[in-house]
Amino acid sequence: MAKEVQKKKKIKRCREDVIYDTVIFIILTVLLLIVAYPLYFIIISSISDPTAVAGGQVVWRPIGINLRGYVEVFKDDRIVRSFINSLIYTFCGTLVNLGVTLPTAYALSRSKFKGKGFVTTFYLITMFIGGGMIPTYLVVQKTGLLDTMWSLILPGALGVYNMIVARTFFQQNISEELYEAAEIDGCGHGRFFFSIALPLSGAIIAIMVLYYGVGHWNAYFNALLYMQTESKFPLQLVLRSILVQNESQLNQAATSAAAREAIEKQRQLTELMKYSLIIISSIPVLVMYPFIQKHFVKGVMIGSVKG
Amino acid sequence: MKKKVKNQTHKKKGFFLTLKRDIALWLFVLPGLILTFIYSYIPMYGVQIAFRKYNPKLGFSGSQWVGLQHFIRFFNSPYFVTTIKNTFILSVYSIIVGFPIPIIFALMLNSFRHKKYTKVIQTVTYAPNFISTVVMCGMLILFLSPSVGFVNTIIKYFGGDAINFMAEESYWRHIYVWSGVWQGMGWSSVIYFAALSGVSPELHEAAICDGATKFQIVRYIDLPSILPTATILLIMNCGSVLSVGFEKVFLLQNNLNKGVSEVISTYTYQVGLIDNNLSYSSAIGLFNSVVNAVILIAVNKIADKLSGTSLF
Repeated sequence: MAKEVQKKKKIKRCREDVIYDTVIFIILTVLLLIVAYPLYFIIISSISDPTAVAGGQVVWRPIGINLRGYVEVFKDDRIVRSFINSLIYTFCGTLVNLGVTLPTAYALSRSKFKGKGFVTTFYLITMFIGGGMIPTYLVVQKTGLLDTMWSLILPGALGVYNMIVARTFFQQNISEELYEAAEIDGCGHGRFFFSIALPLSGAIIAIMVLYYGVGHWNAYFNALLYMQTESKFPLQLVLRSILVQNESQLNQAATSAAAREAIEKQRQLTELMKYSLIIISSIPVLVMYPFIQKHFVKGVMIGSVKG
Repeated sequence: MKKKVKNQTHKKKGFFLTLKRDIALWLFVLPGLILTFIYSYIPMYGVQIAFRKYNPKLGFSGSQWVGLQHFIRFFNSPYFVTTIKNTFILSVYSIIVGFPIPIIFALMLNSFRHKKYTKVIQTVTYAPNFISTVVMCGMLILFLSPSVGFVNTIIKYFGGDAINFMAEESYWRHIYVWSGVWQGMGWSSVIYFAALSGVSPELHEAAICDGATKFQIVRYIDLPSILPTATILLIMNCGSVLSVGFEKVFLLQNNLNKGVSEVISTYTYQVGLIDNNLSYSSAIGLFNSVVNAVILIAVNKIADKLSGTSLF
């Protein structure tokens, strides 16, 4: 009797759970499609025929596969130049970020460091209070960084959140005992950091490279404020003028029907180029995405331990 | 008395001793301190130009003092009500929609049975977070374009008329907020996932033994366990109610939708760097920060009273 009751209960629980599982399955699948479809649409559009894209025929699969959009992108000097600029800014910027953040994080992770409280407060204050857009702009101008690469690198050289993540990592992974052992053998903090702590911290270096690198690659606001010469613009600023401000060098005055048709063709190609441009500008991040996902998540986990 | 003096000298010596001992560590933190001082602390000092008539030749502290003149001008300007209203509506709408969705998403995904499929969903939903703001806005404009966008293709397919979404004020806020959800939903759920992974499996096992359904487990075990994290994030979100992200608003803004899209930060930019009215612009920025700080403190107090969780 008792066994039967138990059996019945088990079956009933299962049925409710089955309904729950099915509902969740449906909701999550719908969400997945909503997120995935626009991304998929951009990929198939970028390799389709411009007329088919403009006519709205491209829905589920590419039509008339070709790479004309990509060819068009590489014909544009502005895009190529700014792409290279962005690579340089991202590389140098990330290097400076690491050079400033990791030593600071290491120093703050040592419990015996007497300046710990002062330095931490010094940084925490900047998280809540800031000078605002204009005073910062004026300081950048006064220090002579305006219209140089350094205006994009130096003002944000140390991200406080990233520094806290790195500090937590050092606290957990580079123990005080390890340093004491090295100290007895006559090793100072400088040598310990470079020959022992850093080689043991591959994971946090990867996380920092990715956090800062993606940040530099995607940033456009500082460049909008501080950069004036067009040949120094990073990719995101050029993207803005093409994708958002809809700038095209087309002459719309067409007289004959043939010329009008040619212009229409050109216009479609320009539209198509936007899809290819979105893909190309995302390539550096896309290439790293498999690593990024793992490490980014790890970074959030480390950060959330501290709260 | 003598002993005390002795102690003090000892302490002083101790300080210099530790300074000498920690000299390497001080050198480690020095570059960061200098840069942060120049690019974060000097601008804080420079905020005083909000109370002055800024003259580049005289510098931050040399310019003529005009008191609250810039603030009064802002309070009396027609932009005061519009920008504050727009900023407030936009960020409250963002919080109401954007705050609970990642929590629900994390709870659903955490209780999902197919672990492999969960991985796929995570990989795909995290991806939009890495798209830059410029590309994101470019995509929106492309998709919503009345002539070539696929959204209008669908509307036309079902017999409707093409809508010029970016030119209509009534759609602008929805576009802004829901595209933000699309981009941030997956990534914002990571932190809740981290909190959920800390829930002890014994709690789940005990609940299953007592005959709890999956929904009950999520409702009575998982949800309460991520509430502290959620509260902290909510407080932080509320603290930035008046500092809605400049980048995306600015990119989605055009002359036709300015009535709903002009927010405090874009107005600060317009006044400061386009119209070159530096002091007035700083005053608006300062006003914005002060209101943010007041809201942060207030929400923090309320949360502390209600749930016992607070930021500070």
